[in-house]
Amino acid sequence: MKEQLYEVKQRAREALDLATTSEELEAVRVRFAGKKGELTALLSQMGKLSPDQRPIIGQIANEVRTYIDAGIREKKAVLERAELNRRLEKEALDVTLPGKARTIGKQHPLNIVLDEVKDAFISMGFSIAAGPEVEYDYYNFEALNIPKDHPARDTQDTFYFSPEMLLRTQTSSVQIRVMEKTQPPIRVLSPGRVFRIDEVDATHSPIFHQIEGLVVDKGITMAHLKGSLELISKKLFGPETKTRIRPDFFPFTEPSAEISISCFKCGGEGCKFCKNEGWIEIGGAGMVNPKVLAHCGIDPEVYSGFAFGMGLERLVLGRYGIDDIRMLYDNDVRFLNMF
Amino acid sequence: MNVSYRWLKEYTPVDAADKVVAHELNMTGTEIKGFRRMDEGISNVVVGKILSIEQHPNADKLVVCMVDVGQSEPTQIVTGAKNMKEGDLVPVALHKSTLPGGVKIERGKLRGVVSNGMFCGVEELGLTVNDYPDAISDGLLILKEGVVGRDIREQLGIDDTVFEADIMTNRPDCLSMIGVAREAAGTFRLPLTVNKPVVKGEGESAEKYLKVTIKDKDLCPRYSARIVTDVTIAPSPMWMVERLRACGIRSINNIVDITNYVMMEYGQPMHAFDYACLDGGHITVRRANDGEIMKTLDDQDRALDGEMLVIADDKKPVAVAGVMGGANSEITDETKTVVFESANFFGASIRHTAKKLGMRTEASAHFEKNIDPQMTLEALDRACQLVEELGAGKVSPDVIDEDYSDKTKRTIPLSADWIRHYINVSISDEEMKALLERVGFEVDLTDGTVTVPSFRSDVENKYDLSEEVARFYGYDNIPSFSFSADVKSGGLTEEQIFERDLRIGLRAVGFSEIETYSFVSPKGFDKILLPEDSAKRNCLKIKNPLGEDTSVMRTTSLPSMLEVLASNYNNRIPSAHLYEVATVYIKDEDETKLPAEPKVVTIGAYGDGIDFYDLKGRIEEMLAALNVANISVRPCKTNPSYHPGRTAELSVDGRVIGVFGQLHPMTVKNFELAGEVYAAELSLADLFAVSGNTKGYAPLPKFPAVTRDLALVCDEAVLSGDIEAKIRTLAGDVLEDVRAFDVYRSAALGEGKKSIAYALTLRDAEKTLQDSDIDPVISAILTGLEADGITLRK
Repeated sequence: MKEQLYEVKQRAREALDLATTSEELEAVRVRFAGKKGELTALLSQMGKLSPDQRPIIGQIANEVRTYIDAGIREKKAVLERAELNRRLEKEALDVTLPGKARTIGKQHPLNIVLDEVKDAFISMGFSIAAGPEVEYDYYNFEALNIPKDHPARDTQDTFYFSPEMLLRTQTSSVQIRVMEKTQPPIRVLSPGRVFRIDEVDATHSPIFHQIEGLVVDKGITMAHLKGSLELISKKLFGPETKTRIRPDFFPFTEPSAEISISCFKCGGEGCKFCKNEGWIEIGGAGMVNPKVLAHCGIDPEVYSGFAFGMGLERLVLGRYGIDDIRMLYDNDVRFLNMF
Repeated sequence: MNVSYRWLKEYTPVDAADKVVAHELNMTGTEIKGFRRMDEGISNVVVGKILSIEQHPNADKLVVCMVDVGQSEPTQIVTGAKNMKEGDLVPVALHKSTLPGGVKIERGKLRGVVSNGMFCGVEELGLTVNDYPDAISDGLLILKEGVVGRDIREQLGIDDTVFEADIMTNRPDCLSMIGVAREAAGTFRLPLTVNKPVVKGEGESAEKYLKVTIKDKDLCPRYSARIVTDVTIAPSPMWMVERLRACGIRSINNIVDITNYVMMEYGQPMHAFDYACLDGGHITVRRANDGEIMKTLDDQDRALDGEMLVIADDKKPVAVAGVMGGANSEITDETKTVVFESANFFGASIRHTAKKLGMRTEASAHFEKNIDPQMTLEALDRACQLVEELGAGKVSPDVIDEDYSDKTKRTIPLSADWIRHYINVSISDEEMKALLERVGFEVDLTDGTVTVPSFRSDVENKYDLSEEVARFYGYDNIPSFSFSADVKSGGLTEEQIFERDLRIGLRAVGFSEIETYSFVSPKGFDKILLPEDSAKRNCLKIKNPLGEDTSVMRTTSLPSMLEVLASNYNNRIPSAHLYEVATVYIKDEDETKLPAEPKVVTIGAYGDGIDFYDLKGRIEEMLAALNVANISVRPCKTNPSYHPGRTAELSVDGRVIGVFGQLHPMTVKNFELAGEVYAAELSLADLFAVSGNTKGYAPLPKFPAVTRDLALVCDEAVLSGDIEAKIRTLAGDVLEDVRAFDVYRSAALGEGKKSIAYALTLRDAEKTLQDSDIDPVISAILTGLEADGITLRK
């Protein structure tokens, strides 16, 4: 009987190895381990054995049963895994077909850059101030030390509603509004739309944006102006950026300066973008003219300050290599989708 | 202004490469926009003297010339030119020479005869006949003077660099060679030499000829004049022609050229009248009479008015003061006696006149910036010195000088310590003095005062002086400090944060941002179907717009949005879902007050399956993210731009926030769009006002919710929102949510009826709800609704 048991074990092993589907495996189970299977049939003859043989054979029979059960379990796992793999294979998708998405809208490039600029200044303790776009001549010119018939007005051809009311030509008007209301220390950034009579072409727009900054406090000197411009340029254009100021003229600052930064396309080597100069002019700056401070009720003998202004469009066109300012106001969806 | 390097060197010994000069001047405030060599491309071209001219043996139209080019042997040149004769001096491009435009000249044979180069005309040298009035365009340039064999660049004075300087409006003194030279002297720390002009004065007394009366002294503080008799009108010498050419001024004749030359040299515009045309020998400087008409030198009749200043004789105006002379007193070839005027006019008046007459001239560009009244005499003397040098006439020994100018010299304290602090540089008093004196200031260190030269009226105080010091000390040499930390902390205000979040929210629900013009066409009001009496038509009008399309300030952002949608539609872009946070301009009743400038959140969209509920859902989603709760949406049939049946008004707690929906098909058509187009206009300020922090923690429910669906039947006109509101009221606290999920119409329901299915979610915080809890609630709802004619669908 011992031999018979081992033969069953051997046959079961062979049958298990041959089974390739769950059905075949079930057939193997029924044939060997089922209620009417070979092992049961063999064990039903146990009673015929001598008492001393019975425990020995019983032990072997248990071994064989355990072996067969384990074999079935293992094989079952293998087969299930194989079947799962086959199913997964069938479920395979063409991953190169387009994805389904809820479209997220795009931010206008002017505002992408403007937000960056604002964040850079906010991190340096600036607040953001707004002022009216339709402005009094007083705030746009007079209070900025540009009286009527001043030649500086020629460079800022102005849209008028009446002799006293106009579309602001510069965000510097906000400087005055801030200083009228606030005593120093002052640290504000005032970005916004400005308007000048200019026929529309690839480089001109009658509407554009300026970003104006103003700092007024005790003991502010030209070195602070220079240091701040350097810091801001590095924040906006990268840590390698160099800043250069050179004399310029604005009626509302004294001394005045033009701000240039090392070309962010070529790093100052000279390229088409910077017209081989290595420098790009980004705006104007200067120490706030004492007449302007006094106009706003701030004592220039106690306080001093600096102001600067930059053109947003110039930064945006440069950053993205846009060669036509009209693209910014045409709002072609194909253009907007690039950002 | 164009600055000739050669001319500049006459005043100050600058000796640096062109590029260095441009850079250094830029760094001290004289902006050099560019520079170019006048003789670009010319090499190996010399002055030649034609020794003989013989007919070419094989060509009728060519001649063979022997030319002395300063070499041991004469050289042979073949030419087709006709305008030369033996003995003429001409430019000769020798073998292996170059000419502008990349032209290379080499020895060659013309019809079998060797030619060792080429004779040149003006154009071959990159010049024009305007520069050389005697020259002809299709012949050789016959030189009036010259040294045989000399490089033509030297001979013509074109071995020069011209710098294009952009002079700042506060520095009219730099609209002159001497002014720029002074800046260069300051920049390169060199001396400046300007010789005082000397006039022999061998003519007749000016007083005998002319009397000058200044009537309007407020507009003309000074008028200086001299008389030149025995005038010989002739071409100017080459050196003067060349200098004027470098400055971009065309040579006319000696007298006119002298006035231009002195304007370039001193920055003092001058005028020369033909004395014979002056009635009464009397000049009056006065305001024009209204309606007076004068023909100016450019042959145009100018209508003058009482705010303009004229130079007049006893009968008529002969010049618009400081702008342009009159045709009636123009210098001609017959002119015998000339009045040289060197005057000073009030800048604002000149600016106004030039602008009003639409003729900005070189002279008006100088005067309008308020030039120095103390230079009229020296400039006049310089002009007369040139007259004598050129043999153009006899100058009066005396000068007529009506002078009402303020001669007080401005003195300001040096404030050396303050300057050192303000610009953060350690510069000694002596160094400061040297910097300032090089550009014309007088500095007295013992009493610490600075005397400002009369030509620097822009320097008024220590701040201006600090700029002078900083400029010549070098902005590059100023250190960089970061500012002190002691300030109020900055950051965005709540409203600014709200706006930023709103923009993010709009993008999150699929709208892209646009930026459009603030001024629009008034036709937009018609296109969005605003009635004639609409308040929105009451807009601010620009007095001097670029064109009608940009002539009024927008009171509504809708037309701008629709223009953008239309241009995208025209470009065959299948869908556009856009937003703009647009400023509109609402006129104040008091027209002297500034308009209100509220911002309108504007949405516009077509394509990609958008419909009313898509738009509504996205707006709701966006508002929920912004903590705008308790939104009420009601039908809006009265907005003329929108579809009367598919438009809603949005309000929160009774405050109307805006409108959204499908646009009226006529609006759509007016913008040449097609199909269904959707829009929304929401007030940013109102949205901000009703936003609040409605978000907060509540414990998660411990007991499950139960859902029940109710299919109700009602009249077509009943609004689902009203039913929802009733269900909420009737159900009480146990109702967690109610939402319509289907609308159904059928013949069985009957005409004018519809069925709406609602999903109700019920929950009790304390226990699991049983049917016995729910059934009474449902029947209370149904009973309540039945009272309003809303019944359960059978």
